[in-house]
Parts: sequence; C-alpha cells; structure tokens
Amino acid sequence: MTSDVTRPSAKATMGPLASLAERVGIHNLSLILALVVLLIVFGSLRGDVFFSSRNVLNIGMGVAILGVLAISQTAVIVSGGLDISVGAIVGLTTVTTAMAIEATGLAAAGPAAGLIVGALAGLFNGLIITYGRVNAIIVTLGTMAIFRGIAFIISDGQSISIFNDTFRLLGIGRFLGIPAPIWVLVGVALVFYVFLHLSVVGRNVYAIGGNPVVARLSGLNIRGYRLSMYVLSGCVAGIGGVLLAARTGSGQPISGSEGLELEAITAAFLGGCAMQGGKGTVIGALLGVAIIGVLNNGMILTGVPTFYQMLAKGSLLILAVLLAEYRLNRT
Amino acid sequence: MSTAEILTLKGVSKAFGVVQALDGVSLDLRAGECLALVGENGAGKSTLTRIIEGVFAPDAGQLLLDGKPVQFSGPRESHRAGIRVIHQEPEIIADVSVAENVFPGALPARLGGLVDRARLHARTAELLRLFGMEREMTPTQICAGLGPAQRQMIEIMRAVHAGGRVIAFDEPTSSLTGEETERLFAVIRRLRADGVAVVYISHRLAEVVALCDRVAVLRDGKMIDVVPIDETSEEDITRKMVGRTLTEMFPGRAPPGDATVLSVRAMTTEHVSDISLQLRAGEVLGIGGLVGAGRSELARGIFGVGARLAGSVELEGKPLPSGSPGDAILAGIGLAPEDRKHEALLLMRSILDNAVLCIPDRVSRGGLFDRRRAEGIVAPIAERMRVKAPSLHTQVSNLSGGNQQKVVLTRWLARAPKVLILDEPTRGIDVGAKSEIYRLIADLARNGLGIIVISSEMGELLGLSDRILVMSEGRITAELEGAAMTEDAILRAAMPSGHAPVFDALQGETP
Repeated sequence: MTSDVTRPSAKATMGPLASLAERVGIHNLSLILALVVLLIVFGSLRGDVFFSSRNVLNIGMGVAILGVLAISQTAVIVSGGLDISVGAIVGLTTVTTAMAIEATGLAAAGPAAGLIVGALAGLFNGLIITYGRVNAIIVTLGTMAIFRGIAFIISDGQSISIFNDTFRLLGIGRFLGIPAPIWVLVGVALVFYVFLHLSVVGRNVYAIGGNPVVARLSGLNIRGYRLSMYVLSGCVAGIGGVLLAARTGSGQPISGSEGLELEAITAAFLGGCAMQGGKGTVIGALLGVAIIGVLNNGMILTGVPTFYQMLAKGSLLILAVLLAEYRLNRT
Repeated sequence: MSTAEILTLKGVSKAFGVVQALDGVSLDLRAGECLALVGENGAGKSTLTRIIEGVFAPDAGQLLLDGKPVQFSGPRESHRAGIRVIHQEPEIIADVSVAENVFPGALPARLGGLVDRARLHARTAELLRLFGMEREMTPTQICAGLGPAQRQMIEIMRAVHAGGRVIAFDEPTSSLTGEETERLFAVIRRLRADGVAVVYISHRLAEVVALCDRVAVLRDGKMIDVVPIDETSEEDITRKMVGRTLTEMFPGRAPPGDATVLSVRAMTTEHVSDISLQLRAGEVLGIGGLVGAGRSELARGIFGVGARLAGSVELEGKPLPSGSPGDAILAGIGLAPEDRKHEALLLMRSILDNAVLCIPDRVSRGGLFDRRRAEGIVAPIAERMRVKAPSLHTQVSNLSGGNQQKVVLTRWLARAPKVLILDEPTRGIDVGAKSEIYRLIADLARNGLGIIVISSEMGELLGLSDRILVMSEGRITAELEGAAMTEDAILRAAMPSGHAPVFDALQGETP
C-alpha cells in the first residue's frame, strides 16, 4: 500500500534496495528502521516477555485508540490544520456513551452517542476555525478545556459504569484471536487509506493543504473541506471514546487526558506530516503509532520510571517536528 | 491567423487612493495572436493583468468577453471564462504529483469517487507530449523538486486543459535559462496556433520583438500606443515607454568626492562570486541586473547578513567582520531592504518606534526608553525627510509606500551612516513620492554620504547614478560610467550567459 507518486529514475539501473526505497518511500523506510532498532533494543533487554504473543497483543491494544486518532489527525494536518482537542473529545464521548447505554439499555446506543457527540464537537471546532478565521491551535486548545469541562458537568465528576456485555465486546471481545479494538483500527486505517490516497475528495484535501491558492482558484471549497476534516476528526475521536468506554466498562470524564493528543500528533509528524499541510500518509501515521506503542511498552517492561517516560514522549514530538522541518528545508 | 476578439477592454480605469494606476485603457485581445504588454515598473501592467484576471474590478470602463459585457468577481470567475495568468512565481502544490498539479479540483473520477489514475496520467502525458515536455517531467513525479521552467509548464498545462482562451504571461522568462526560454517560445507559438489569445508581459524587448505580433505600451496608467510589431522597433518602444525626459524627475547632482568610503575586494558569499567595488563619498553607485542576478545578495553580503566565504569589506579602511549586521551598523553602514513591509518596518508600531530602532543607546536613560529624547532626535530628521503623517506616533501601516520608505531613511539618518544601501528604493511608490525620494538621495549624496542604489527601473538607475555596476548570475559583468551608461549596455550585461547569443541574433533582425 504505497502511494503511487514516485520520482522518475533510471529504473533499470536501480539495485534492490533502491527499488524497495522507491516503493515504500524513503521516509517510511527510515521509520521501519527506527522500529527495528527499538525492537532489537527492547528484545535484547527483555527478550523473555517482549516478543510473547500476549505482549504483542498488549502493544496492539495499547495503540488501537491512539492509532485511530493519529490517522484522523493526519487528515486534519494534511488539510492545513491541527486538532489538539481530540483527547478531551475521547473523555467526553466515554461519558456520553456510558450515559446513553445507561438511559436506554441498548448496546447500539453507546456507539451512536459516542460518534454523534464526537462529530458535534468536531463541528464546533471546525465552525469556529473556518468561519471565525481563528488559528486552529488556539481554538482547539480552548475547546479542549471546554469539552473536558462539559464531560465533568454532565457526569457530575463521577465515573459512570456500563453493565452491557454486548457493548463491552467492542472493548474486550476477540475475533480470530485478535482483540476487537485492533479490528476497529484496521477498519479505520483502510477507510482513511482509500479516502486520503485513492479518492478524488481525499486528493483535494492534499491540494488545499499543499497550496490553498491553487485550490481556491481551482474552484475547491476550502472552507467546506477544512470544516469536514474537523468533523471527521471529532467523529474518529468519538470512536476512540467508544472503544475506551467498552474496554474499561465505564465513562470517565478524566479519561483521555494523559497526553493522548500529544501522542497522536507525535505519531502524525513522525509519519511524515508537515506543519504547513499538504503532506502525510496513513501508512506513515501507523508506523509512527507503532513506534510510540513499542516505546511505551518497552519502557514499562524495562522499568523506566513514569516521569522519565513523559520526558521521552515529549522529546519524541519535538524530534519528529525537527525532522519534518529538516526535510522541508532540504527540498 | 484569425483576428476574432476574445476579450476587449474599453476605457478601463482604476485608482488606488490618489494614484491613478490605469486611466481609460482600451485594448483588444485576439484569438491566435500574441500581444506584448510593455511599460516601466509602475506603468500599470500588473493592475491591467489583475483586472483581466478579476482580482480588481475597474472603477470605470468595461470588459467585453466575445462582445458581451462581463464582470468578474474574482479569479475563479475569470478562470471559468477561460482567462488565465501565468504568474512569475508559479503556484504549485509541492508534495503531490505532476498530474495532480495539472488537474487540481478536476481530478477524473471513477465510480465511487475514486481517482481514475489511468486516465489522469494518460491525459497529463498527452499534454506533456503536446508541448514537447515528455522528457522533462513524468505525470507521477512529485513536484517539490521541479525547477521554475517546469513549474511554469504545469501552470500552462493547467490553463490549457481547463480550456484557457486568453493566457497572459507575466515576465515568464525572468528565471529561465536561454534554452528554457526557447522552449517556452515554442510552447507559446503552439498556443497561438491553437487560437489562444496570448498576452506577453516582459521587460525584455528583444524577446517581445522576436515573439509577438503586436505591442501595447503603457505609461503612467495610460495606453500610449498599440502597434503591429513590424511597424516599430526596440528603440521606438523604449521611447514610448519612458516618454518624459528623465531630467524632470532627477535633480541636478554635484560631482562625488575623491575619498573612498567603502571598498569591497573579491567578496564571495553563497550567492555572489568575486565581487569587487569601490564607493566614494558623495557618490551614487547604481547596481542593475535582472531579478535573481544577485543584487540584493550583494547588498546583504556587504551588510554582513550571512557569512562571507572569501574576500573583504572595508569601511574607511577598517575591515568589517563577516556575518554581523550589528557591526556593520556600528561602523556606519545602513541597508534599506527591498521588501519594506517584511524586512524593514515594524508595521504595527509607530513612526518613532521604527525610527529609533538602530539607536537604542541614544534614546534610553538608565535603561528606560526616553520618549522625549527620542522625539528630539527623530523629529528634525523626519521633517527633513518630509514624512507626511499626523504625528510621530502614527502607526506605520497607515502610511503610504512613499512615506514608509521615508521612515526607513529616517531610521538610518538617525544613525548618521557613511554608506547607505537602498534596495529598490521606489518599489510600489507613486510617481510623486518617487521624485521626492530621488531628491532626498541626491541631497544625502551632496552631504557626503556614499550611496548604493539597486534598481530594476532603467530610468531610475540611469537618472540617479554616477556610475553603474551590472550583475548577472551572481557576478559583476559590467562597470559603466558617463556616456557608456545606456539602457542597451545595461541590458546586454544583465543577460545571463545563455541568453547572449539569442539576444545578439535578435538585435540583428531588428530594423
């Protein structure tokens, strides 16, 4: 699954390595390399548990929610924006999901409430950013607090338990031995891959992020596209909230507050996004997520203290953006 | 060759504030014809282009498309009508393929909204073949690494596939090599043969004569003449472009002194090579050349922006360290950069704040800003510069271009420099304020300042300078003095080496 845009080159004279780099993309190749290095480091330190199937699934579970958020964040960044309210939307939607199930007793009410509230939150972000012409970072910084506040208000600051076993299958059920959240991640990844890389609408998102002047003069509705990306981002954060509620069996207003947006944005930039927009891939985001997941898991297994884990994650974000800037200046 | 008129301008006028940018201009653009639009900077070419493109609406007059009056609310509407402008800096989407760049907003779709890549690439390849560019680019190539000629080609293909009937080229060859220029001419001839009305805006009259069928000359917003190319000559066109006698604009000058204030020896930076020059007290040294020839980079090299790789700069015999504008300022050099709004001024701050930027030591008392002392220093200079503003506390963004430039000059004079470098000092300034700036420059020179003026305007360069250096491709290619200072000599030295043979050949053809 590589994007089919390539540089022209003398294909006949290319060695196998160069041809691989061409197919996978030099950037993705370097991410895979970084991942391999991490695997070797943690594998040699804790070979006893690190490669066990249980731990691999653990990593997968750990990054399922982060994965969907990183993918939708990539779409937002490609369009020329940024959404740092996604963690708060996850928290808010765990609460609305739990409340909906509690009120109706229906399993299906949970995902519906999560997705709708997530989309509404995204719409709120998008309307202010596109019609108010306010910087996306500032707006979503503000709404981050607003959404978190709403979550606390409607839940009265309490955790709301979910006693619906059908709904909880979404979090703890398995299909073909693989936990349900990982299937959801695969599904979201496929949908976004087709959307961003293969569909006309998705390619137009690259155009508006890459050069708004060209996009406007080509008759694209930039405002509409940008707005849709925030709605999409909110909706996907809703999916994250539903998964989290199903896994923990509760709606907690505080959930998703431990740097989930930071990790999602880090993964997107690791994956090749550029702050200016117009750049980024789903595959790259997934590789970025894998790096963060392996790093998180490995640091826990090797007993790195929590405080230092935070240090490492923050540094990773800055490193990712530094790399992105470096790439930009080189071309 | 058909002569069907596609777009007609009738008595089009446009004013910006007190400046009449266009004054009753009439012009018709005909299918299958290449029309040259020439004029000095500020003559109204850009305004005319923007009106055709729908960026500005005319204050008076009419646009007729196929004989019917039209009004464009913006470029989107003019594009829909088949009118396109190929800008000097082509807009491309960096990180997507050539094909997607040619068809933005118009990607061919399959069922289900997926991009039909086979068709997209086939259509792009077809366009590339049509213009003989298939060896230059492939449809799947990412655009980030493309050069200016290829970027330009993408804009042309965009215009063509969208059914462009009027295509205007704004200084299209300013960043092309000789070979690329030849290829562009082939493309333009191809468009003309296909019935497109081509508008060719250029300073390079040799190109105009070689390529175009008619030439329209603008001067001070008025259409001076529209003539078939066979009935005119480069000299004739120049005369019409310049019009007024230059002496009216430029004040008389005293001969420069003998003392050398600035001496640059074999300076090489990342952008310029082997630059040597001497500037005397009271002298105005003009620097000419095409955009991108390295003139601003030369100024920056002297001023110490970025490191000098070789050579030396001496001010009154004392060497200036490389890479330190602060030391250059302390030593007595001032630089008024070309991009006033971004590089020279704090637009949101007052005249006073802007004027004292380089004299923090003189306007503070005990570490605090002493406003009264600052006003005492700035007021007399601002008066001498004739800055027109309600007070020194007026925000600079509210001033006209001419007054903004005077604020920049005020800042430097407050430092009492020995050398002042002015990069395009009258860009975007109306004619009245221009002559005032010219008078100020002459005044400062008379008081013994050494002044370097970088300018793309021939008249300005010839009218102001005691001596002219011409640059091309990062090097000084000519030093002209006295009677040798002619437009022809400047242009000849300004052409990149690849251009020279073409230029000479064209000169031969001209009657």
